[in-house]
Amino acid sequence: MKLLSLLLSQFTGMWLVLTHTFSKADTVQYPEQKPALFPRYRGRIVLTRDPDGQERCVACNLCAVACPVDCIALKKTEDDDGRWYPEFFRINFSRCIMCGFCEEACPTYSIQLTPDFEMCEYNRQSMVYEKEDLLIDGTGKYHDYNFYRVAGKSIGGKDKGEAENEAAPIDVKSLMP
Amino acid sequence: MNGVGSIINIFAILLVAVGIAAYLTWLERRLIGIWQDRLGPNRVGPLGLGQVVADMVKIFFKEDWIPPFADKPVFILAPAIIMTTAMLSFAFIPYAPDIGVIDLNIGLLFVLGCTSLSVYAAVLGGYASQNKYALMGSLRAAAQTVSYEVFMGLALMGVVMLSGSFNLREIVEAQQDGWFCVSQFFAFLVFMVAAVAETHRTPFDLPEAEHEIVAGFHTEYSGMKFGMFFVGEYLSVLFSSVLVVVLFFGGWLGPDFLPPLAWMALKTFGFVCVFILLRAALPRPRYDQMMSFGWKVMLPVSLINLLVTGGVALWLGT
Repeated sequence: MKLLSLLLSQFTGMWLVLTHTFSKADTVQYPEQKPALFPRYRGRIVLTRDPDGQERCVACNLCAVACPVDCIALKKTEDDDGRWYPEFFRINFSRCIMCGFCEEACPTYSIQLTPDFEMCEYNRQSMVYEKEDLLIDGTGKYHDYNFYRVAGKSIGGKDKGEAENEAAPIDVKSLMP
Repeated sequence: MNGVGSIINIFAILLVAVGIAAYLTWLERRLIGIWQDRLGPNRVGPLGLGQVVADMVKIFFKEDWIPPFADKPVFILAPAIIMTTAMLSFAFIPYAPDIGVIDLNIGLLFVLGCTSLSVYAAVLGGYASQNKYALMGSLRAAAQTVSYEVFMGLALMGVVMLSGSFNLREIVEAQQDGWFCVSQFFAFLVFMVAAVAETHRTPFDLPEAEHEIVAGFHTEYSGMKFGMFFVGEYLSVLFSSVLVVVLFFGGWLGPDFLPPLAWMALKTFGFVCVFILLRAALPRPRYDQMMSFGWKVMLPVSLINLLVTGGVALWLGT
């Protein structure tokens, strides 16, 4: 009896496979048909700007630390206003695995992954993107966020206590509350 | 010049058999693709038919490497054996009333002999490779062939009893009143299972089970020698389908609106598709399961079938 049911299961398996003759193929024939990519698809990495058009990246190095394949290299520098920004920012896309850890680590929403994966190159060196290749003009996924407008750090034109929702700094030398 | 055994027949059968065997690779990939909700190779040429040519060009230009530790003459001989036996067996098949190479009185025995000889390719190839995986594969091939050959032959004895002949052409002509797949249904099932095992295809591809023993007996083969093993396997798939049609499905017999050869080709195509469906649908059994299935299920079934067939044939006095 057990043997018969085993034999029967072989035939039901074959029948199930045979019914798939009439089901539609899931294949996306790529170069002609483009796959549907969602807004949060993890593809090519960009550096975004804040709504004022300034670079969001403050060169904190958290993305480089989070990167499991160490494909991000950058160096911090500072402008005359006291804003931090990367002197150079380099991503080696031949190593990048599009894991998105850098985006999660970024405190200023600067580094973001985009729904674009078509970055093949004939020359290996062309896979290394410099800052001018990475920097885009827009704000990416977060349109209103401006790090220096909400952060307590003083820069030229915005002193301590002048940021959004920030109380004036406490005078620690005074006894008044 | 036309007729059984003419030069035209010989060369046409040889070329068509090898050509179809090459195109079976394409058919198998497309069909398995369809059954797995994919498309399969569809880029090269119309419907992807040029894929076969592209693969052939590639395999001809690949390095044909013989390992320094291999037994060189035997290593070269093995792929030749599988091609020779596979192509030789096509000579004894009657394809249509006047198409065939030779009609032997003992055609069926000769065909069984040829399929048994093809195991030497696996055994010698595995032995000559001096590789433990290859040796495992050829041991499995030998044991599998020995055990499945037994009831493959026994299953066919029922057909021989009913038709009263070992001549394949007479076996086909004996099916005028009814195909043997009805009266010899269990023999047909047993023969199908044995044919899958003989051709070393999934679900009985244990000699080359790639998840267990790399690629089995052809682990060390590359280039055109591997290609010959590959084409040899597809030749034997084609041959098994042809043999099933001849023995159980009335060969070229069929209604008159199609020529006999077309009936033969249609039925054979159907069975090739069944072979591919088996590969697409069934998982590979464990080695001991396969052996015990052979000896404990298939052998008794074929023996009982033989006994009943003999008894009924005697009782009816045919």
